[in-house]
Amino acid sequence: MANADCIVLQGGNMAEAHPVGFQWVSEAKARGAKVIHVDPRFTRTSAVADRHIPLRAGSDVALLGGLINYVLTHDKWFKEYVVAYTNAATIVSEDFRDTEDLDGLFSGFDPETGKYDMTSWSYAAPKSEDGDGKVEGSDPSANDANSNTKETAPGDAHGSGGPALEHAEVLRDDTLQDPNTVFQILKRHYARYTPELVEELCGVSAADFDYLARAVTENSGRDRTTCFGYATGWTQHTLGAQFIRTAAVLQLLLGNVGRPGGGIMALRGHASIQGSTDIPTLFNLLPGYLPMPIAGQHDTLQDYLDGIASKKQKGYWANADAYFVSLMKSYFGDGATAENNWGFDYLPRLTGAHGTYQTTLAMLADEVEGFFVLGQNPAVGSANGRMQRLALPHLKWMVVRDLSLIESATWWKDSPEIASGEMRTEDIETEVFFMPAATHVEKAGTFTQTQRLLQWRHKALAPPEECQSDLDFFYQLGVRIRELVAESTDERDRPLLDMTWDYPLDEHGDPIPESVLREINGVQLTGPDAGRALSGYQELKADGSTACGCWIYSGVFADDVNMSARRTPQGGPGVSQHEWGWAWPADRRILYNRASADPDGKPWSERKKYIWWDEAQQRWVGDDVPDFPVDRAPHAKPDPEVGGPAAITGDDPFIMQSDGKGWLFAPKGLVDGPLPTHYEPQESPVDNALYTQQQSPTRIMYAREDNLGAPSYGSKGVEVFPYVFTTYRLTEHHTAGGMSRWLPYLSELQPEMFCEVSPALAAERGLEEGGWATIISPRAVIEARVLVTDRMTPLTVGGRTVHQVGLPYHWGVGDQAIVTGDAANDLIGITLDPNTQIQESKVGSCDVIAGRRPRDGAELELLDEYIRRAGVTPATDNQRLTDPEAETAALSAAEAEGDFAKPNPDDEPGGSRW
Amino acid sequence: MGISPLQWPVLRQLRSGDRLGRGPAITSPTTRGLTSRNATADRVVQSVCPYCAVGCGQRVYVKDERVTQIEGDPDSPISRGRLCPKGSASEQLVNAPGRQMHVLYRAPRATEWQRLDRDEAIDMIAKRFVESRRNTWQELDDKGRRLRRTMGIASLGGATLDNEENYLIKKLFTAAGAIQIENQARI
Repeated sequence: MANADCIVLQGGNMAEAHPVGFQWVSEAKARGAKVIHVDPRFTRTSAVADRHIPLRAGSDVALLGGLINYVLTHDKWFKEYVVAYTNAATIVSEDFRDTEDLDGLFSGFDPETGKYDMTSWSYAAPKSEDGDGKVEGSDPSANDANSNTKETAPGDAHGSGGPALEHAEVLRDDTLQDPNTVFQILKRHYARYTPELVEELCGVSAADFDYLARAVTENSGRDRTTCFGYATGWTQHTLGAQFIRTAAVLQLLLGNVGRPGGGIMALRGHASIQGSTDIPTLFNLLPGYLPMPIAGQHDTLQDYLDGIASKKQKGYWANADAYFVSLMKSYFGDGATAENNWGFDYLPRLTGAHGTYQTTLAMLADEVEGFFVLGQNPAVGSANGRMQRLALPHLKWMVVRDLSLIESATWWKDSPEIASGEMRTEDIETEVFFMPAATHVEKAGTFTQTQRLLQWRHKALAPPEECQSDLDFFYQLGVRIRELVAESTDERDRPLLDMTWDYPLDEHGDPIPESVLREINGVQLTGPDAGRALSGYQELKADGSTACGCWIYSGVFADDVNMSARRTPQGGPGVSQHEWGWAWPADRRILYNRASADPDGKPWSERKKYIWWDEAQQRWVGDDVPDFPVDRAPHAKPDPEVGGPAAITGDDPFIMQSDGKGWLFAPKGLVDGPLPTHYEPQESPVDNALYTQQQSPTRIMYAREDNLGAPSYGSKGVEVFPYVFTTYRLTEHHTAGGMSRWLPYLSELQPEMFCEVSPALAAERGLEEGGWATIISPRAVIEARVLVTDRMTPLTVGGRTVHQVGLPYHWGVGDQAIVTGDAANDLIGITLDPNTQIQESKVGSCDVIAGRRPRDGAELELLDEYIRRAGVTPATDNQRLTDPEAETAALSAAEAEGDFAKPNPDDEPGGSRW
Repeated sequence: MGISPLQWPVLRQLRSGDRLGRGPAITSPTTRGLTSRNATADRVVQSVCPYCAVGCGQRVYVKDERVTQIEGDPDSPISRGRLCPKGSASEQLVNAPGRQMHVLYRAPRATEWQRLDRDEAIDMIAKRFVESRRNTWQELDDKGRRLRRTMGIASLGGATLDNEENYLIKKLFTAAGAIQIENQARI
């Protein structure tokens, strides 16, 4: 980021949530870079930015789509980059129909299942060999997925390069004129995303939009780069993945990917949240983004491997068999053999999405007996907190591992539901084990930070009393589980007994963490150098001769050196600071860095020089580890039929993609569309001005009495929950508070739950600064102190004033923390992005009234009264396709009652702060 | 009870060369007697901040097997010695007065916790794990396809743990057939 000429921070508040990382934004700014903050709230990030652009929560695709349209219509795209490095020139199937053609739907939508058949989104077939014009890469598993499962997380059901294309060749028109080229489709798709539309949907003024559009286009090209930074303000939406895709399309058009000062930075919020995705504690993944097998799709090893990549496609995913077999050798050692498909037959199978919210519903249905909670606090931190807490007494047993007695450990005696009388401690059958954890200084190991850098922490001292690390606890648990099944002849216990679990132990009998990192790195199993630590993933084999616990981490223990523990001050003299920690893959600091040179292999400019082709050496050289076959010449054109890394041409920088190009249009991989399209959030008082279709048609909905939704635009009762709320973090707290509300300093700095409201909203609702407000959504009633501030800007959207309410989410109700308070997450319903299964928690509808919330069960009566008044039922907001007639009818009925459809005279610009 | 005239402020400033009176000239005897707790630490250990994903370097000062201070690591090219309020407070994470250092057990219908030996607790958890796995085992689906899994055991958490820890958790659960493993990355 320090190398950027323009930084757009959107969907996050970097200065407060990542204060130390923000120093690099400040460095860039000091050197002349422009910094723009796009966010519903004015924050400290806005305060030091060149400009703050307030927008309505959840409308980001409209704004970014507007920028794409600006770039295309003003001819500001980076032509050489786009033609050579993206799929702009690729021709898409004639069967494809856009949302512009189908009023908000892409071709292939099945209203019964709520899913797309993606066949028509494919690239057009090269007609040369078979001549039948058959659509290439038509994916039989797409239909399978529809029939087989209600929900999956298909974005992750393939490797990170997306699903397989059958082979490396595609049809292209390098003039970009063919109407079926990606470029022309893109142009048509975004043609209506005009500054006027942006103003109408986002509340962003024409002047602000012009400023933003000029800033990013003037700071992109050969000589300059623009960078985006986002956080959960983009991910936690029903189309969160598409928010990020929109930025990706824009950055590819501007040539800002794979170059210094470019990119889209995920500003992640936990010390090892990147690591816990790479080496996943996630239901749908195995280490290194290999998918978990799905029953019905992956019944054989070959089906499974074919689903990841075709041997004929380009790039490194074609070697997925080597990554998978090596993982199985790490897991099961000699128990993984060619005969049992290298242990594939040992793996449990998915039958849909088994994410944390589906698990909560399964608890409520008494299907889950035991639950481990490891350094997380779902009673406070998960959406629909009431549902979370009401699910826990359905468990037979639970284990909480944390530093303090968090709310998820003590819910059975001090939760809000005990206070309201809904639960009685004496009736709760659940056994609860609290196991005290070790802090980060009481154990050694690696965190992977947000830019993929692994950093080893040395152990400073032993954990006190009975505290222990998760490594020790799970090692011990595994030992004892294996003892309990040691005599078993049951085939189902075979994987547990074959599992390699023989880690070397220290003097206390605890596993040595380096030995686990070495297993993750991988070892040679056979031949003269059996037992040698592998130097990288290119050494992995599919014949069982190598073991590797996570292929993308291979090399972190090369030559038996713990590379993650490197600590040369400032990372040494080099530009890329390689002597500090180790970045996956292969210690590359900028991914896809082949794109930092032009198609001839020369730097785009002296100023943005990074990796280039050295004619004399016939190699790629520069300031980083080249993310490319190091001796592949810029104009090399290998035979595409060879497949894999060997098929990558000299101008295919995106070596993990099946066609080597950056995807402006995603022919597969995203279940909700090949191009990002604006839909309104699940709950929104605003009309989708683009299409009849109000919300994303593929969003995952749970129409239940305990997960009700506030009526959206066009539905009766929308005026009952008239305000938009959004949730966020504070500098002084950490997520659900488990690591901050027990610390005296931090508790003193931020002692109380509050809500941020504008002076106009405070006047409208009689809220007093420092007083109390009660906030009501169809899920819960909470209270908060009132902070009246200009930081919240009322926006004019669709001709009406939209007030937004800001809510930090760190507090929870319990007896143990130094500071407690109502939890913002209780207000949030569960509706999920179909790609990621992430909930929409950055935007919802609420009402705000003055005073504290009622107590002792009366809060539930207030909630019921609101639900009745709004006429909310489980069907509210949960119609997959918007019915235009119903919408019109509700609107005219509402207009007759005079409640909301007409602009309120009080909201005229002169009467508000806008 | 005399104070030497040599200790008069102006003279102090002249004598110590601290002409602007911002350094040793205005340091009290108490302050002069103080020593930084970092200077007397038995050892300094390099670590990484456990809060957000920026990955700031930390230096952990230990004396008598107790953490006395945690400060930013100036060697880190990521953070250059800086820490935010959370990172700066992380000494309290280790020494928090409310930190729970013993295993606790809540029996069915009980209104209070009770203490439990750690080994005994892990044995009890292992038994429950094996029993729940047996109770809820699914070998095949209704179409006869292989599932070989349990839907009766779930886990949540991992984004605050080490890679090595997540690796063991995923390996153990996968071998046991438990698939409902999740962490903050999906929240």
